[in-house]
Amino acid sequence: MIPSICKRRGGALAQIAGACLLAAASQLSISPALAQSEEAPAKLKDAPAAPTKRAPAATPAPVAPGAPAATTAVPYAGRTSITVKGGEFKPIPVALPRFRAAAPSDEPLAIQISDVIAADLARSGLFTVIGGPPLDSIGVPPDMKAWAARGASALIAGEALLEPDGRLGARIRLWDLALSEQRKQLRFLAAPYGWRRVAHKIADIVYTELTGEKPYFDTRIVFVEERGPKAKRTKRLAIMDSDGENVTYLTTDQNLVLTPRFSPVSQEITFVSDASGKPEVYLLNLKTERQERLGVFPGMTFAPRFSPDGERVVMSFTKGGDTDIYILELATRRKRRLTSSAGIDTAPSFAPDGSKIVFESGRSGGQQIYVMDSDGSNQKRISAGPGSYGTPVWSPKGDLIAFTKRLKGKFHIGVMRPDGSEERLLTSSYLDEGPTWAPNGRVIMFFREPRSSKGTPKLYTVDVFGRGERHVPTPHGASDPAWSPLLGK
Amino acid sequence: MMTINALLRGAAASAVLFGMVGCTSQPDIAPDATGKPAAPAGASDPSSPEYFRVTVGDTIYFTTDSVDLTDSARAVLDQQAVWLAANPKVKVRLEGHADERGTREYNIALGARRAQTVSTYLISKGVDVTRITVVSFGRERPLTACPREDCWAQNRRVRTAPQ
Repeated sequence: MIPSICKRRGGALAQIAGACLLAAASQLSISPALAQSEEAPAKLKDAPAAPTKRAPAATPAPVAPGAPAATTAVPYAGRTSITVKGGEFKPIPVALPRFRAAAPSDEPLAIQISDVIAADLARSGLFTVIGGPPLDSIGVPPDMKAWAARGASALIAGEALLEPDGRLGARIRLWDLALSEQRKQLRFLAAPYGWRRVAHKIADIVYTELTGEKPYFDTRIVFVEERGPKAKRTKRLAIMDSDGENVTYLTTDQNLVLTPRFSPVSQEITFVSDASGKPEVYLLNLKTERQERLGVFPGMTFAPRFSPDGERVVMSFTKGGDTDIYILELATRRKRRLTSSAGIDTAPSFAPDGSKIVFESGRSGGQQIYVMDSDGSNQKRISAGPGSYGTPVWSPKGDLIAFTKRLKGKFHIGVMRPDGSEERLLTSSYLDEGPTWAPNGRVIMFFREPRSSKGTPKLYTVDVFGRGERHVPTPHGASDPAWSPLLGK
Repeated sequence: MMTINALLRGAAASAVLFGMVGCTSQPDIAPDATGKPAAPAGASDPSSPEYFRVTVGDTIYFTTDSVDLTDSARAVLDQQAVWLAANPKVKVRLEGHADERGTREYNIALGARRAQTVSTYLISKGVDVTRITVVSFGRERPLTACPREDCWAQNRRVRTAPQ
């Protein structure tokens, strides 16, 4: 049992959550739909419901997307939870006996779902997972003393089945072993091919319930797949689940493609391609597969990112050798210049409330990080350390800015406060670059290019304290990751 | 607007073009002191792109993170200007590049500054501005890829590509 100091989140995050809801509503085509419903929490003394009875075929009224986070109560002292505010913590041991199969034929499904949940929780670095054979029933309270004796603080009891109508069903109950009480009871219905999303959703619920943080497993990553040695690379856009599964390709490998970024509100991606013979910013609609060049510029455009409302794209435009930052309104295609310094101004990224933009500029010599109001006013340098800085990205929580830093011949991923204070470097290698934030603002993904001329880049995650650096497996080389918002329903 | 497939079909054609250009760029031969690799057969016609590439020299190099022209770069560009004066119908594309020791975005901008520096120099030597287009590929198209200064030096370049 670990005491908790979890807090409710502030205004900026409420807006992010709103953005996630919108994204959720329209993201069905990049991931299978699923329904989730909360069952009345059963008290320990309550008579358990018959657990093995098949759920009715009718879809229960799904709760609103994002509800798992919204229904999280502020944990009180004594509840099993984990403090993840600081750099020091102890992972929370969670028991995850393999899901029950409602019928013998459901067993492969039960095993697969359990494995994905366990992998998600372990990958977060905040949990250790204690496995075991399936429980006899999830309708009755587990033998909490026995599980606690094995070191577990919480237990996930789950059951999976294929409904008579072919849909996948899953039920879970999350038990707090320290207090011997049930924390959550939920049921899911999904298309059978959506079993991975169901598993990620369950992991998200456990993560949120026990950490008080917003979830991030049920998300996708868009990235650039890279094949071949450095001097003969081919690249194509790809998209995958946050754990590296379900890779699908969005382009073929004939063009150079760079820096894909998700729209926070729609099924669109903005990226850079040299299809016209020069690098230019494109917009790709994932539903219609249409892509179009974004804006008419007499030169190169690159480094695009959406505004938090998804209505504008901020990018760099190079004219006459001078690179400045422009903003383009998607509805009207009107563009507006935001910077005009003689140095290189690039890599703009919006604050989550849309009021400010962080970017890199060489106006004072080496590349440094600057912040300006979103209309281009009040440009102010925030980075102060040695070395040069690039690719700043504002956290969806608003509290930190992640960046790439070059220092003494090495590259690092780091974070600093929006005023430039409390800089800390999280990683180090020959070439670490291109941070992207998980939607909960706690985990950063980036890519690492090897020294070797033959190797290809790989994706990694690390948390905001530099803990738990992990490789994200991809079928081939991968770079330029961008994390989606939460998928929602 | 085009669909992805339509766009990719168009792109396939341009990729073939790029491939041909790439074949003439001698990626594996390090420049000697004059920046001119050994002359292959077929470059004897002084108005040919091969002559421009091999005898005049189509590529100049930069020091780390710099956009300044070195003396040897100027010498090559002077020859390019002479050749362009003698071949007034030829247009050129200046392709700026950077080594891998900087971020993608920065390197695209850096390559563009390098190409622009070359453009300004060639114009100052009498090449008409309308004959020049400028592009940058940042660090995305290295000639060589070893993690050493001698390789990085070959990638910090601007190539003058007759169109």
